[in-house]
Amino acid sequence: MEIVLDAVEKGALSVVGKRVPRVDGAEKATGQAIYVDDISLPKMLYGKVLRSPLAHARIKNVDVSRALCLPGVKVAISAQDLPDTCYGPFIFDTPVLARGKVLYVGDAVAAVAAVDEATALEALALIDVEYEELPPVFDTDFAMDPEAPLVHENQEAYIKTFQAVQKGNICSHTTFIEGDVEAAFNQSDYVYEDSFTTQMVQQTPIETNGTVADYDISGRLTIWTCTQAPHLMQIRICDGLHIPINKIRVVGLRTGGGFGGKVEPKTQIIAAALAQRAGKPVKLVLTRKEEFTVTSPRHSSKITVKTGVSKEGKILARTVKAVFDTGAYADDGPGITGFGGMMSLGPYKIPSYRIDGYCVYTNKMGAGAFRGFGNPQCAFATESHMDMVAERIGIDPVEFRLKNVLQNGDLSVGGIPMPSVGVKECLEKTAKAAGWGKFLGKNRGMGVACLQHISGVLSSSAIVRIHGDGTATVFTGAIDIGQGSDTTLSQIAAEELGLPMEAMSIVAADTASTPYNWAVTASRITRTNGNAVRLAAADAKRQILELAARFLEVSSEELEIVEGQITVKGSPERAMKMHDIGGISHWATRGPIIGSASVMVEGHKYDPEKVIGFPFGTMAGFVFGSHIVEVEVDEATGRVQVVNAVAAHDVGKAVNPTGVEGQIQGGLVQGLGYALFEEIIYDEKGKVINDTMLDYKIPTALDAPNITPLIVEETDPGGPFGAKGVGEPTLVGTAPAIANAVKKATGVRIMDLPLNMEKLWREMKKR
Amino acid sequence: MKATVCFSLNGEKQVVEVDPSRTLLDVIRTDLSLTGTKKGCGDGDCGGCTVLIDGVPYNSCLVLIAKVEGKEVTTIEGLEKNGQMHPIQEAFVNHGAIQCGFCTPGMIMSAKYILDKNPKPTENEIRQGISGNLCRCTGYQKIVEAIGTLAGKEV
Ligand code: FES
Ligand code: FES
Repeated sequence: MEIVLDAVEKGALSVVGKRVPRVDGAEKATGQAIYVDDISLPKMLYGKVLRSPLAHARIKNVDVSRALCLPGVKVAISAQDLPDTCYGPFIFDTPVLARGKVLYVGDAVAAVAAVDEATALEALALIDVEYEELPPVFDTDFAMDPEAPLVHENQEAYIKTFQAVQKGNICSHTTFIEGDVEAAFNQSDYVYEDSFTTQMVQQTPIETNGTVADYDISGRLTIWTCTQAPHLMQIRICDGLHIPINKIRVVGLRTGGGFGGKVEPKTQIIAAALAQRAGKPVKLVLTRKEEFTVTSPRHSSKITVKTGVSKEGKILARTVKAVFDTGAYADDGPGITGFGGMMSLGPYKIPSYRIDGYCVYTNKMGAGAFRGFGNPQCAFATESHMDMVAERIGIDPVEFRLKNVLQNGDLSVGGIPMPSVGVKECLEKTAKAAGWGKFLGKNRGMGVACLQHISGVLSSSAIVRIHGDGTATVFTGAIDIGQGSDTTLSQIAAEELGLPMEAMSIVAADTASTPYNWAVTASRITRTNGNAVRLAAADAKRQILELAARFLEVSSEELEIVEGQITVKGSPERAMKMHDIGGISHWATRGPIIGSASVMVEGHKYDPEKVIGFPFGTMAGFVFGSHIVEVEVDEATGRVQVVNAVAAHDVGKAVNPTGVEGQIQGGLVQGLGYALFEEIIYDEKGKVINDTMLDYKIPTALDAPNITPLIVEETDPGGPFGAKGVGEPTLVGTAPAIANAVKKATGVRIMDLPLNMEKLWREMKKR
Repeated sequence: MKATVCFSLNGEKQVVEVDPSRTLLDVIRTDLSLTGTKKGCGDGDCGGCTVLIDGVPYNSCLVLIAKVEGKEVTTIEGLEKNGQMHPIQEAFVNHGAIQCGFCTPGMIMSAKYILDKNPKPTENEIRQGISGNLCRCTGYQKIVEAIGTLAGKEV
């Protein structure tokens, strides 16, 4: 079970819940913050990667000898120079450099390190690779055909971290079953089925992926990098290069956005392999073109939803079939397919269901985590479908949702109890704030979508040190990639310790000094790391009070810390300063105070008859939200402008309301790009054709609407001070809300993302 | 082939001996170690590399170093005075306009131009003025609000 402190203690909170400015604000505003490309080390070399021009081919031979002869080239490697092994989060199917076959256009075949970038690029042209072309597979329908060529010819042999259900090109099939779904459809007054598709999109952080690696004479590897997961990176490097974890130090620098795209390795292992051979530091930073063509985009998908409802508008049954195109490597695909499936009931109580998620290999770049982890695809399908059902049975979409929303104590897919469910409040608040039902002018429409997500999964740990002057430092493995964890985790520790923010500092994301955290992903840092930080602070506080008790001659239970003073409860004149406790512990007695804690989200066991092939253990910290958008459609062009948006999110206790609002606004706008225009487009040879920020447009300040963020605080008894997460769900509701609004505005229902001008214009013509 | 280029950088005279086909971005980041200006694309699409040249914003990844001969270049490092942040920088910090921070230096340079040109910009003018600076984190609203708080103030 999770160890938890009282969710919200009596008395006002003094730091948690306050709009504390972010602790890394000044360094970022002044340009002092150091990102990976800002690092330059003496004798540093520059790395470049040779990439496959073909989507599917056998590698007959790779010869780097001509490249090595070029003056200035220090290292040139291919798979032959590396351990014969693969790595991956769920299925170990990814070699550091392609081995035997290339699986997509862009697959890494060889790498060089040279004295400057120009020389490294020149060297790539001198590497000779002989390919034998193989028939490619670009579409999941074809990939699932028994006759289709196999992307991975021997997937049975791969190491897997879970009981994967596999067949042909299907690398993972997850199933969730509850009740007798056929009987429930038979009992339903109406049954409707709709099919949707979603496109591949890139995270597009403004900072591309990059690494500086250094390998010293004692066999110690240091990786300075932009990452969402320094500790996870250690594991991948260990798996990929067979360097033991204790010899690998990963330093997570200021990271210019991640959104899922900086969880799994992109440059780290190749840079490490180059540095290992060079004996000098190597910098490897992806170009924007590489960022678009070889990193881990959101899976495209094909999703069919079938729902049975009663005359009264109660949902009785649902089936979902979701097929996710994971590209050349599984990456997080099995987890994404499973989790997306888990979310595909939406935040509604549905007694009988069967959900099948298929994660399928094709010859495109390996898709991975991107804000929402399968949920954006499934929510687009299911929340569009909800509106379609509501319309067919003649109920208002908000009312239809309200009839079916989850409540406190309901069970999630997989049977996990959900103690704090704020979806109803989110929906009611957004409907009120947006003026749901009010008259809108011509070509205008309002659309709604609700959503659920999670924020508690896997393990984390934290350390809190009390210094000689009574100030404190938090040590966390969680990296602040912009989401604000340095600030919120400091707030949580300050609150627990009874110290003001000025007395706190934080050291984050350096595996040499900070304790293990799985990753900044799954919207889990506030809740999961927050618990570790709060418990570590509580551990330090216990030690502080025990030491103070000796001097104040009371039991430690009679003491409290208020604004940096340790006082006897009820007699504030009997007090000691934190400063004195810090000094005494360092110089006189007991020794320095260090609090620590480890947490794991565990406890619930899935019924193996009902949850099959799901790669995760239990989850917690269920979060909810509702988005309402108002659109205006240009009849002549099909252009959609989102003119207004209201989004409510149930985040439990909002540790930093400004940060929560920033997540809501940022996620919503990222969802707007997903809904309206973002799309990675392949040509018939498997090559990405829109690989610049000009051709792959993300929202600008002119595309973004004014957003009213509403915070709903449904206290989570398992979260620190009742807090849950917020990072990912803010994106999830946007696309279906926009599609539903466009339907209202135009009468046209778009079931295939993106809902771009051309598509809408064509459909409007058909009216 | 190298050329001598002489320009003013954040108020100080700079003389560099460089290949004239290199970009201003590359020279300020690599040769002059001013890494506050960011490279998000190198193609003129993201605005991360925005600097002011004679007070006007440019994508420094598209400006050849030879072009700044005799000009005044201001980068993000040129805004703070005596260890004090510029009011625009303060506003960004205090109004939650910064998340990952990678777009921030370029965004602040564009904000400076907006306010220099028009001390009382409307919301739409602010949005227009930063529309060449891509931010993937904030959804722009808190940036627009932060700049808006300075409308009508001495900056
Ligand atoms: S780096 Fe200059 S515009 Fe992107
Ligand atoms: S704050 Fe991250 S790109 Fe703007």
